[in-house]
Amino acid sequence: MELLRLENLTKTFGGLTAVKDVNFTVNEGSISGLIGPNGAGKTTIFNLITGIYKVTRGAIYFQNVPIHDKEPHVIAGMGITRTFQNIRLFKNLTVYQNVLTACHHNADYGIFDAALRLKKFRRQERELKEFAGRLLELMELSGWKDKVANSLPYGLQRRLEIARALALKPKLLLLDEPAAGMNPDETRQLMNLIRRIRDEFGCTILVIEHHMDLIMGICDNIIVLNFGKKLAEGPPEKIQQDPLVIEAYLGEGGMPGA
Amino acid sequence: MNWFYIEGVLILAGINIIAVLGLSLLTGFTGLFSFGHAGFMAIGAYSAVYFGERMGLPFAVSVVAGGLVAGLVSLFIGRLTLKLKGDYFCIATLGFGEAIRLVLDNVQVFGGARGWPGIPLKVDLVTVTIFNIVGILFLMFLINSRHGRSMIAVREEELAAKVIGIDTYRYKVISLFISAVYAGIAGGLLGYYLTFLQPKLFGLQKSTEYTIMVIFGGIGSISGSVLAAFILTVLPEMLRSFAVWRFVIYGAAVIFIMIARPQGLMGGKEITLKGIAGILGIPGRNRKTARSGEV
Ligand SMILES: Nc1ncnc2c1ncn2[C@@H]1O[C@H](COP(=O)(O)OP(=O)(O)OP(=O)(O)O)[C@@H](O)[C@H]1O
Ligand SMILES: [Mg+2]
Repeated sequence: MELLRLENLTKTFGGLTAVKDVNFTVNEGSISGLIGPNGAGKTTIFNLITGIYKVTRGAIYFQNVPIHDKEPHVIAGMGITRTFQNIRLFKNLTVYQNVLTACHHNADYGIFDAALRLKKFRRQERELKEFAGRLLELMELSGWKDKVANSLPYGLQRRLEIARALALKPKLLLLDEPAAGMNPDETRQLMNLIRRIRDEFGCTILVIEHHMDLIMGICDNIIVLNFGKKLAEGPPEKIQQDPLVIEAYLGEGGMPGA
Repeated sequence: MNWFYIEGVLILAGINIIAVLGLSLLTGFTGLFSFGHAGFMAIGAYSAVYFGERMGLPFAVSVVAGGLVAGLVSLFIGRLTLKLKGDYFCIATLGFGEAIRLVLDNVQVFGGARGWPGIPLKVDLVTVTIFNIVGILFLMFLINSRHGRSMIAVREEELAAKVIGIDTYRYKVISLFISAVYAGIAGGLLGYYLTFLQPKLFGLQKSTEYTIMVIFGGIGSISGSVLAAFILTVLPEMLRSFAVWRFVIYGAAVIFIMIARPQGLMGGKEITLKGIAGILGIPGRNRKTARSGEV
């Protein structure tokens, strides 16, 4: 079943067309990959889906509802969230506070419930804290609970950003280069983690990556971008053999170094 | 030094604490700088005295209603300016504060530049203390709720706050509203303590003083704000014998602290019972002082 659909999506910055007439769909429960050389427009597409950039032309549908004129927080509320290429944690807060902050959607008490410490506040707050604690355990971050986010090693910061996103119980999770800066061993762990998230949280994943072994290893469907346009789309076996993709991106050797 | 004088200083400190608590929510927890809070204070002060003396409302009701008027005005200002980037918001508040002062200077119903004399004295140490306790508790409970955490998220990383579903604009408006109510209430108390009001009480210098207090106490710390407002109100009084030099000494003291402790007195931490126990060497399960957001 289709979860996300981009229709003739176009984004221009002044004279530069970063994304041009891109069409693709993401199926529910799938892991999809978005690849392409630097500057191809991958991150821009994430920024369009999450409402951070306004769409110049075209449309984005999520569960058949148009979302391209909605505000970022509304889109997040509908079940789409993401991580950033350049990690954006709440740097001065602890690991626990990072996740707890993102749990707010699972409660609906008002300011006066909080100010008067009413029963509703106390009950919901207890549930939020339990949920945040469970999430940290699942993501194997419990040991770092009270550490300030900024002080974590790089790989754990990436994992924390994913944990924070999962606190929304998203239907669609967008990961922007989650393996950037990771060694092969960490990358393998990340691949397992992404599969586990899909299975255990039941969410659909769209991932941007330059690590080809990760993309080819976990994706059901891959979309290749080049200069803002879609170059090819299909399962890993097909993409690996596509002459256009090999020429534009994968190179003669078949695998890029990045 | 007699008790009457000491009590006066303590009352002023208490009034400043209320205004600084409000500004602390906006600047310390939400990350928005304002140089116009004296304007909200003025609105609260004149409204409270108007409600109390012209309309005959009881004292406490007038003061709270004055705070709400300041809050309402802030909603209007917020709508106009909170979509702007942080630095523009800051400049807009500066303009707002000065505009309010100039308007009051020229509106004769409130006494114009000569001011509004003859307000009955209705504020004592007990009143101020009650307002302080309620003000501190409200802020503490707010900060430790999902609403407070969302404000802190706006301060920490606005884009990330948005993609986890936080309506950052709405939380900025709420934060400004609450901080304006605090400022307005502080203004009303000031009027009923000084027994007169004058527009020049609420100039840019006052707004700046409050911002200094928030930063001096440490961004994102309620106890830091309280401590800073207290110290920076009492210090100039203790230095009175130095005549004009006291402001030089005051300034030097502020600069010294900011160099020695750029994160402010409390540096985003809070004074907690556990923390005090820890310093005194009393063993406990968890001796760390909590960071902002976990009092
Ligand atoms: N806010 C912006 N203003 C102007 N140009 C932009 C903006 N954002 C992106 N671009 C341009 O759009 C193009 C696509 O950028 P984008 O960040 O989407 O690339 P990418 O595929 O994510 O690349 P990388 O692999 O390096 O992350 C680039 O030429 C970039 O300079
Ligand atoms: Mg990118």
